[in-house]
Amino acid sequence: MGSNAMLSKLVIALAVVFTASTASAQFEFVGSWAPIGTEDVQNDSVPVDYLGLALTDEARTRALTYDESQKSMIERQCEGWGAAYLVLGPFGLRVSSQTDPVNNTVVSYTIGAWEDWNEMVIWMDGRPRPSDLALHTQAGFTAGHWEGGALVARTTHFKGGFIRKTGVPLTDNAVIDWRFYRHGDIVTVLMIATDPVYLVEPEIVSKSFRMSPRPLDYRAGCVTGYEGHEPLAAVPHFAPDRNPFVDEFVKLYHLPKEAVLGYPETVYPEYRKKIKDSYVPPPPCTDSCGAAGNFVVRR
Amino acid sequence: MKAVAAAIAAFVVAGSLAVRAQQPPAPARAARDRAPIDITGYWVAYVTENWRYRMVTPAKGEYRRIPSSRAALPIINAWDPAADERAGEQCKSYGAGNIMSVPGRLHITWQDADTLKIETDAGMQTRLLEFAPKNSATAGAAARSWQGQSTATWEPAAGGGGSLRVATRNLRPGYLRKNGVPYSEQTTITENFDVAPLASNGMLLLVNTVVEDPIYLNAPYVISPHFKKEPDGSKWDPTPCSASW
Repeated sequence: MGSNAMLSKLVIALAVVFTASTASAQFEFVGSWAPIGTEDVQNDSVPVDYLGLALTDEARTRALTYDESQKSMIERQCEGWGAAYLVLGPFGLRVSSQTDPVNNTVVSYTIGAWEDWNEMVIWMDGRPRPSDLALHTQAGFTAGHWEGGALVARTTHFKGGFIRKTGVPLTDNAVIDWRFYRHGDIVTVLMIATDPVYLVEPEIVSKSFRMSPRPLDYRAGCVTGYEGHEPLAAVPHFAPDRNPFVDEFVKLYHLPKEAVLGYPETVYPEYRKKIKDSYVPPPPCTDSCGAAGNFVVRR
Repeated sequence: MKAVAAAIAAFVVAGSLAVRAQQPPAPARAARDRAPIDITGYWVAYVTENWRYRMVTPAKGEYRRIPSSRAALPIINAWDPAADERAGEQCKSYGAGNIMSVPGRLHITWQDADTLKIETDAGMQTRLLEFAPKNSATAGAAARSWQGQSTATWEPAAGGGGSLRVATRNLRPGYLRKNGVPYSEQTTITENFDVAPLASNGMLLLVNTVVEDPIYLNAPYVISPHFKKEPDGSKWDPTPCSASW
């Protein structure tokens, strides 16, 4: 090997060292991240539960019309599993990357589908966002970049759907900003959803995942099928002032109705002081009182 | 020839770095001067998660989503807020294991160049995050307290920004929730403080928290409360600890 060739290799090696140093603004995102489940990000799955949301009157009215039987309609089966379900659902993250074979840069990260939730592709190659008139899809369009040690991304162009699986709506004009932080073996996903129609203030949810030594399940996204609801049949719904479940959560845990219905003031500490003298604690818990779980304790 | 020149230049740079490494280190800059992010100011809890466990007092005996051990169950089921009040223990749910989840406001300032101070209006607590902690022998002898002793380090990211990491120990036993779900004095807490921009020049503070307790937890308890920045302290409302609310 000639001296010029050896020196060239040395130069390349030094370049690699300096490049690696620059790349430390990023973290390794690829792999399986299991949900930890010690935070309640979607509460108790009762039909009317809008706790922790700052809703407009329009959103509340529309949410109260929602009947879960709508999920048996082919055209509505995927409605509840939009991009926001990434942090609202019970599943983990199975992340892969796609690289440019020529310059070895990451073109995109893909968070794999899980049951009804469609995979999310985070484009990292700087491609332009689609036109406002472009097709909206269930997953939408997501572009990302690295910033301050976090993976920062924004999702647009998704179909109108839900911000909570209890039928709380989100328009197709909404924007979801994401930040993925990694600290040790924990990745925390921060979602900031903004909707000019249905949210008075952004819905902010953070959820943590732990690195999994074993690969997580990978399943197909939302696929529609006949579930007994005939085409052209009426849409199951309630009149908003006659939703039979409106008081269920209220009675179950003695919760203030305006909190259950997502009035904006209820997400700030002042509200806690306001209800201090009127709140009556529920009776002691006697059944299914502990550990993790998604579902409500029925007394 | 170009390759030769580049290699020589690289060696010169590397040599310079090596010489610098042998020189006595420059005096360390204070933590305040090294801060990759600014978390000072007033912050208000934005309670969009765990609402039912934070904004109201949950039912006695309920500890859902907390990986409590069997040893914790007698304490959970014996919770008596009146007894805590009588014993002067009304701040048990305001210790470092839960204080960031208590709905309220934070006021974060630099107490000195190497110590961040977090004051809370709910429970009127003060946390000191020390970047240059006292030597370990002295620290170990300090009395246990609700907020314990916290050691802070910056985790800067290349290109700017970063995170604040805080490790806390030497705690008095407390509650992870108002309704008496316990943590012991052997608990350690690791927090990462991150910031994120919001619309209209707003700012969000995210506190990823990992609580580990070999006595009363079967697994780490992981939560991530978040706060919105406020322009000033006009809504600051100090309220003493309460064992029941």
